[in-house]
Amino acid sequence: MKSLRLIASRLVWAIFTILFVMTLNFVIFRVLPGDPARGGLRDPRLTREAIEAIRVRFGLEKPVINCVQSLNPWEPGPCAVNPFDTQFFIYLRNLAQGELGISYHTNRPVAEMMSQMIWNTILLIGLGQILAIILGMGLGILAAWKARTRLDFGALLFSLLAWSLPTFWLGIILLFWGSNQLGLPIGGRLTPGVDFPNTAAMLKDLGRHLVLPTLTYTIVFLGEYMLIMRSTLIDVLSEDFILTAKAKGLHTFQILKDHALRNAMLPMVTLIAINLGFTVAGAIQIESVFSWPGLGGAVFDAVGQRDYPMLQGAFLLLAVTVILANLAADLVYSWLDPRVRTD
Amino acid sequence: MTTPTTSAPLLAVRDLSIDFITPDRPPAHAVSRVSFTLQPGEAMGLVGESGCGKTTLSLALLRLLPPQGRIVNGSVQFNGRELLALAEPEMADIRWRHMAMIFQGAMNALNPVVTVGSQIGEAIHRHYPFMSPPEVAARVAELLDMVGILGARADQYPHQYSGGMRQRAMIAMALACSPEIVIADEPTTALDVMIQAQILDLLDNLRRHLGLAVIFVTHDLGVVAELCDKVLVMYGGVTAEYADVDTIYNSPRHPYTQELLKAFPDLSKPQAALNSIPGYPPRPDALPTGCRFHPRCPLVFDRCRTDQPALLSVSPVWSSQQSSGYAGTANSKRSGEVRPTHLASCHLVENDK
Amino acid sequence: MTDQPLLLSGAAFWKSFRRNRIALAGLIMLALALFAAVFAPVIAPYDPAASVEITIDSIYARPSAAHLLGTDDAGKDVLSNFIYGSRVSLTVGIFASFISIVIGGTLGIVAGYLGGRTERVIMRFTDIMLVIPDLPLTVVIVAITKPRLLNIILVIGLIGWTTTARLVRAQTLSIKERKFVLRARSIGAGHFHILRRHIFPLVLPLLVVNSVLIISLAILNESTLSFLGLSDPTVVSWGQMLNYAFERGAMSSRAWWVLVTPGFGIVWLVLGFTLLGHGLEQVLNPRTEWHHLTDHPLMVSLPAFPETHP
Repeated sequence: MKSLRLIASRLVWAIFTILFVMTLNFVIFRVLPGDPARGGLRDPRLTREAIEAIRVRFGLEKPVINCVQSLNPWEPGPCAVNPFDTQFFIYLRNLAQGELGISYHTNRPVAEMMSQMIWNTILLIGLGQILAIILGMGLGILAAWKARTRLDFGALLFSLLAWSLPTFWLGIILLFWGSNQLGLPIGGRLTPGVDFPNTAAMLKDLGRHLVLPTLTYTIVFLGEYMLIMRSTLIDVLSEDFILTAKAKGLHTFQILKDHALRNAMLPMVTLIAINLGFTVAGAIQIESVFSWPGLGGAVFDAVGQRDYPMLQGAFLLLAVTVILANLAADLVYSWLDPRVRTD
Repeated sequence: MTTPTTSAPLLAVRDLSIDFITPDRPPAHAVSRVSFTLQPGEAMGLVGESGCGKTTLSLALLRLLPPQGRIVNGSVQFNGRELLALAEPEMADIRWRHMAMIFQGAMNALNPVVTVGSQIGEAIHRHYPFMSPPEVAARVAELLDMVGILGARADQYPHQYSGGMRQRAMIAMALACSPEIVIADEPTTALDVMIQAQILDLLDNLRRHLGLAVIFVTHDLGVVAELCDKVLVMYGGVTAEYADVDTIYNSPRHPYTQELLKAFPDLSKPQAALNSIPGYPPRPDALPTGCRFHPRCPLVFDRCRTDQPALLSVSPVWSSQQSSGYAGTANSKRSGEVRPTHLASCHLVENDK
Repeated sequence: MTDQPLLLSGAAFWKSFRRNRIALAGLIMLALALFAAVFAPVIAPYDPAASVEITIDSIYARPSAAHLLGTDDAGKDVLSNFIYGSRVSLTVGIFASFISIVIGGTLGIVAGYLGGRTERVIMRFTDIMLVIPDLPLTVVIVAITKPRLLNIILVIGLIGWTTTARLVRAQTLSIKERKFVLRARSIGAGHFHILRRHIFPLVLPLLVVNSVLIISLAILNESTLSFLGLSDPTVVSWGQMLNYAFERGAMSSRAWWVLVTPGFGIVWLVLGFTLLGHGLEQVLNPRTEWHHLTDHPLMVSLPAFPETHP
């Protein structure tokens, strides 16, 4: 019962956070100087039809919300209007219908463009994160077990260095090295213009494109996971129940596996969740460097092309993804921890 | 309470010294030349305020000292086997199978994310690897039953137990491999008085029933009076006094023991003011010169401040035998008396002679 | 916990700081970087603002005696740009983290000290901000408000305070329950007095360690923004150098010197702050770092074993 209530409260919280992000997104794009909604109308790339579509879509002649005609410049408006007939509500309704506007650059719906990109991003992040977590935890376990030895010190220095590497720069260096020395592709997801005879050939090509971005991802995040695992495990290994396990005559390996790791996993899950924001930051940089057709790369392109609808859509989708992943981590945590699970 | 002193000791600890090493500082002497013996089925109280080296000594018996701890002198013989000479894997085989420990604070000594049953079961599996899982489960249920916990609760986690139940589970765990010796380190701290009495009763019954030798580590002389055959009083890492329980209560010779007894509320005289000894025991890295108790001793005189008193036999029966610290009951064989030695480290004892 | 000294004296701090190789290495790296930033006009062989005549040979010229680290896509001296670039990183890092620390520190102390509804509101807000990914938010705001140095500092500073607020709140909560604070409250000392005299001094060490880490994050964020094309065009920064090089054919020209040099600068600074922060944490909050599974081969160290032993 307690766990059901917990799940429900997490769910409500996640929905609330998503609503907050949507509002923030609205305010950013309507208040800050530059006002892309209006400013976009003057974008020479847009056709007359597109401009009209934007007007209708944003409801630009309507008040922003009750009592506010315009936020930038500030202009109060009538309060006694139908709240469903304001810019803010129109914005929410559009979002609910999955409508994120038309890209200035491609003149295609943003939602449609992103529906492909999100899977590419998930593939890249997922692969990199899994590798980084496994390797980082392994190194962290080793460093914690052998705390204060030379091995531990070396692992610590490596982690601090890895943490200090700007992701995009490591990507550039690996790209430079990999494409020149190893003949790996310089970017993209699949070699363009190639007709793959079968799925295996396509997967092989995909794999070759994935090597460098995944390697970058893994190195950048490995260090942090190692540091976290190391300090968490040292804390757990200092607990009394580890001494009990040792007094029982259990072997070191068994103590690590059955007693220490089970406990250390709990803070790890929390920290992986907190890290998700950085994960997205990593995706933006890596996808930019490797021209990977994902959401992060879209952010990079949109900045360069001043493609505000795309930028807005990508930001929203990235934020919602992180919020949902956080929710998932929360639920995994309450499932892993018997103190929460059983009552 | 007579003790079968004629048999060979189950555990013989001789001149055990433990230092704590910190970089840039001289070693701290946590335990210095402590000796005692334990017969099968015997209960010994290890008494002193906190910080007197009791827990350090107990951990050293199982060779579980923290990395700063060093056993720098002495010997620990279990059934004639020198534990300090064993390789680590051999020592791991001894742990829990022959010598188990009930740690203080069962809440922290139990793993919060592993069920109580599997924490007991893994100890059985470790030392009896050929037992099948159903046999292990049956044994776990039997053990829980022994300490008054329903077998079905084996699948629960420690947080689902009450404080007293956790301590019972800890006792069941200690008995898992039918060890010969159980060290109970303050087994009842943080429990309320009613539960304390229950746990101590349980331990005492199990001890008699199973023929266990038990070392009760405690600062509570009341516990010792009820449960123990003999007592080792430690102060500042050394043996202050060592004797059978009647001798300790009726004719204590070390002022520290005397003060501890005064501090212990006498149930026959409830009006008597509870007397606690002013001050604190010395830190092992700042031991006083001379007798380690002299700064707090009501009977202090000049010599106490400079000379460290030797551990001497008190009883006139053995006054001829100068003890070098070995407090074996084997002496009694020679004298023909079935009583353990009475030893104390105080200049007053020597002066009496 | 309670009888442990709460604050190190200056001398004791310096004594253990000097012994900490990690902290010392970080400090030396930072001192060198600061020197380069302050004396850039003196050290740099060329002025990055001066215009250069562009010829085929001056673009992406290999390192030579005239240009120790070669030239970039505009024929400018990479070494000089590199030296001047440290200024932006340090400026943004220090000012942005200052904003973050002030906001996070204030919110954290207020939430932890006052408790109740104030705390709930502040921490809920912090939780929301913690979940929203920083970099995309920063990119979006800077992209819309135009990338001026001041904007970049403000945006990074206004977004990066969440972890500080959480840490400071936790620390304040534990200090609030200590005896001397309770005593001060019981004799009727005012909130401001207690905060200033009793709580702030004990939060300060944590803030110092945290601010060092926040600076390194701010520097990384600034360089990422610049690399993504959101740099102040009026000043040279390392991320901007990489952006130009990456976008303008340094890869295909194999001009490794333009690609390696600015990144090296970022790593140098960030690593310097990271090492300093890690070392400071070790000094201010020493952990024993041993545990129950630490190898202990010397546990039994008997010089002469008794003859009883076989």
